[in-house]
Amino acid sequence: MSGPSRATKGRLDLLEEAAMRALECASALGLDHAEVSASEGESLEVNVRQGAADLVKESRSRGIGMRIVHDGRVATSATTDLGVEAVQAFVASLADMVRFSEEDPLALPPSPREQTGAWDDLDLYDPKTARIGPKRAISMATRAEKAAFKQDRRITSSEGAGFSRTIGFSVLATSGGFVGRNFGSNQYLVAHVVADDEGGKKRNGHYWSGGRHFDLIGSPEAVGREAAARACRAIGSRKMATGVYPVVFDKEAAGTILGLLGSCIMGDRIYREQSYLAARLKDAVASPLVTVIDDPRIPRGPGTRPYDAEGRRTRKNKIVTKGVLDGFLLDTYSARKLEMKPTGSAAGGGGVPHPTSSNFYMKAGRQKPASLLKGIDKGLYVTNMMGFGFDAMTGNFSRGAGGLLIESGELTTPVGEITISRNLDEILKGIEAVANDLEFRTSVAAPSFRVDQMTISGN
Amino acid sequence: MRTVGGGVDLGVGIRAVKGEAVGYAYAESLELDSMLRAATTAGQIARAGRRKRVSVERRRVRAMYRPTLEVVDMDGADCVALLRRADKAARKVSRKIVRVDASLAAVHKEVLVASSDGAIVFDEQPMVRMGVSAAARAKGRTEQGSSGGGGRFGLEYFDAHTPESHGEEAARVALVNLDSREAPAGTMPVVLANGDSGILLHEAVGHGLEADFNRKETSNYTGQIGEPVASPLVTVVDAPRIGGERGSINVDDEGVVPSSHRLIVNGKLRRYLYDKISAKHFGVEPTGSGRRQSFRHVPMPRMSNTYMEAGEDAPEDIIRSVKRGIYAVRFSGGQVNISNGDFVFSLTEGYLIEDGKVTAPLKGANLIGNGPDALGTVSMVGSDFRLSDGMWTCGKDGQSVPVGVGMPTVKLDQLTVGGTAVGS
Repeated sequence: MSGPSRATKGRLDLLEEAAMRALECASALGLDHAEVSASEGESLEVNVRQGAADLVKESRSRGIGMRIVHDGRVATSATTDLGVEAVQAFVASLADMVRFSEEDPLALPPSPREQTGAWDDLDLYDPKTARIGPKRAISMATRAEKAAFKQDRRITSSEGAGFSRTIGFSVLATSGGFVGRNFGSNQYLVAHVVADDEGGKKRNGHYWSGGRHFDLIGSPEAVGREAAARACRAIGSRKMATGVYPVVFDKEAAGTILGLLGSCIMGDRIYREQSYLAARLKDAVASPLVTVIDDPRIPRGPGTRPYDAEGRRTRKNKIVTKGVLDGFLLDTYSARKLEMKPTGSAAGGGGVPHPTSSNFYMKAGRQKPASLLKGIDKGLYVTNMMGFGFDAMTGNFSRGAGGLLIESGELTTPVGEITISRNLDEILKGIEAVANDLEFRTSVAAPSFRVDQMTISGN
Repeated sequence: MRTVGGGVDLGVGIRAVKGEAVGYAYAESLELDSMLRAATTAGQIARAGRRKRVSVERRRVRAMYRPTLEVVDMDGADCVALLRRADKAARKVSRKIVRVDASLAAVHKEVLVASSDGAIVFDEQPMVRMGVSAAARAKGRTEQGSSGGGGRFGLEYFDAHTPESHGEEAARVALVNLDSREAPAGTMPVVLANGDSGILLHEAVGHGLEADFNRKETSNYTGQIGEPVASPLVTVVDAPRIGGERGSINVDDEGVVPSSHRLIVNGKLRRYLYDKISAKHFGVEPTGSGRRQSFRHVPMPRMSNTYMEAGEDAPEDIIRSVKRGIYAVRFSGGQVNISNGDFVFSLTEGYLIEDGKVTAPLKGANLIGNGPDALGTVSMVGSDFRLSDGMWTCGKDGQSVPVGVGMPTVKLDQLTVGGTAVGS
């Protein structure tokens, strides 16, 4: 793709002006350091239910967030009022607030030479996105919902099908001289339908497609059909008997498990010792089949970013290599606390930066997903989880789950209203097969995998 | 004191309704031009409509909450002092407390709702929330505990709930968890302690009673009004007008003055929670449950302060009646599948009950069940009703609103406990 269009450039120029104005105010007040993130976005959201549009929502927003560091003290604030006088008052209020925090020499921003001067175009913006109007959006959602009802007679009601799109522009400017300009688009088509089960119970199924570029949405009918299939797959769900069983996670559920690991390798959790992995660098933390990478530079990736929230160039970071913990994700502050090198993983520009993952994924294995079931006499195939039962400090994991029973290597009847539990450290070490079905649909992504055993609590 | 922050947010959201269809747009400024642009965008959904002049009349609401001094108006140094008190108190509990995090957040919100059906209503909605978490370490093991609370109060909140009490409570839970053991797995009786357990009610039945799901026929309570949906011991109330509780509102975001409603009476479903659109659908009056996160969001039916009314059993008798089960005290959150009523919620402080006595503390485990099934097994309800100190935030369709929960001590004969210890 080519560089930004004239319209895009114009919007970024305006944001840059606003950011610079705020920096000038900070400098006029004699503040030591300032970081400003100015951003602007536009979005459209429609929902269609039973064939008629029941929501059309359009929005535009614009604002700045600012962090100042003065005498090693930090204050942050945000405003949507970008008028000249309003920005002046806004920066003055920050300057007033900063005296309440305490001096922390580690809170200083990175030095200008640690910041990047140039970055690549990572193809995050699709000019088609902004041109999708309500009519087209409603038509796509209508097609998706219709296909869901047509797919299976057992589909009886619907939360509807929706389309949403956003485009966003942002400028990050710091008193150290860094100016980053970024822009991107996102669009999703989602269908959410409900099937009737015995005893008045209902089973729901949803599915979405989309991403940075419009073409990733694909066929609306396919989205509807998959949502219907998921609702119908759960019809007749029963508990299974309490016990210890092998468990296969489909790629979506596997991604959720991987996300838990992600929450335990963030620098802020590490220096606060709020992670069971805090003292485990270079230790075996997973089975040798597991390699985990955070790569912010995948073109069109859902979590892609050219520079981080502190103006550092982003880079690919190895987290787990063949089961061994290789590194954490660090912003400047956590890196200083831990006496390690920052990994360019800061998010939250214009606020208090904190490390986050970008495109965080487990490398695919070689096996076909179906082969993960082989040799399992009785086990559980997990397709969805609910609840928040995870403690990063201890790794204890216990969550509601649903899916299908595995009997003699085959998927048989649907299972629901059970919990699966085990410590995350043991789960990751217990991974005994990894499939080849990795997809970068979400910013945290994993292929399907099999865990040797978990405790299932049912009846 | 690590960081200090603040901000001001201002804007207008405009909703156009045609039948059950909604057009929505907002502007982040109150200038006429931007408001008109938002109105035009929102109005697209009803383009075929006729022009009509409407008149609106100022309606006053009776304020349920009147903080003396709002925390947002306090001097920063005084806010810092509150945090220090919590921090100091937590550390003083034991040498095993190795880390304390304390936060204080306050909001002063002013809303004006004008609606073409005639009313213009203004409300001020203060909010304060303190949260403290503590980590305890012993013998190479680290565990956490937390405590928090608040509501639509000002500084006076801290008279009844001192920062010290939150610090000490967080430390106490962390220390309890240091001795916790694997929770059992399987189906067993569960006694829910009074207060925080209300989150079970919120998840297990509350969401399913929000009328939008029932209008769309996607809730497991669809078509169940008048039917038994819980044990006859169960009466569930949504009460939006209890003083400064976190879920209280003087007026909802559609301009309706809410009132208390019994949703389930002696086990029978009596009514849903209605916003204007669903009230019209069902031909009833709205319950004042149309709430939204901010002007950027569409209102929808939401809970306020939802609780189970007290029963007649003494809490000690309830525990004494259990041979082997779980005593569930604190929770970090929960989730429900509206369509079938399956819910999960996560325990952060729980104990084993053995032969009628509360014994060993348990590692965090999930409780999972089905709303109507679980409430059908309620066999004892305590006389010790208590509202949970305000710290709950409810998420629905990406929108967060503050809510309150409450519960007496309650015995469920059967609930699935998602621990790791099988057959122990």
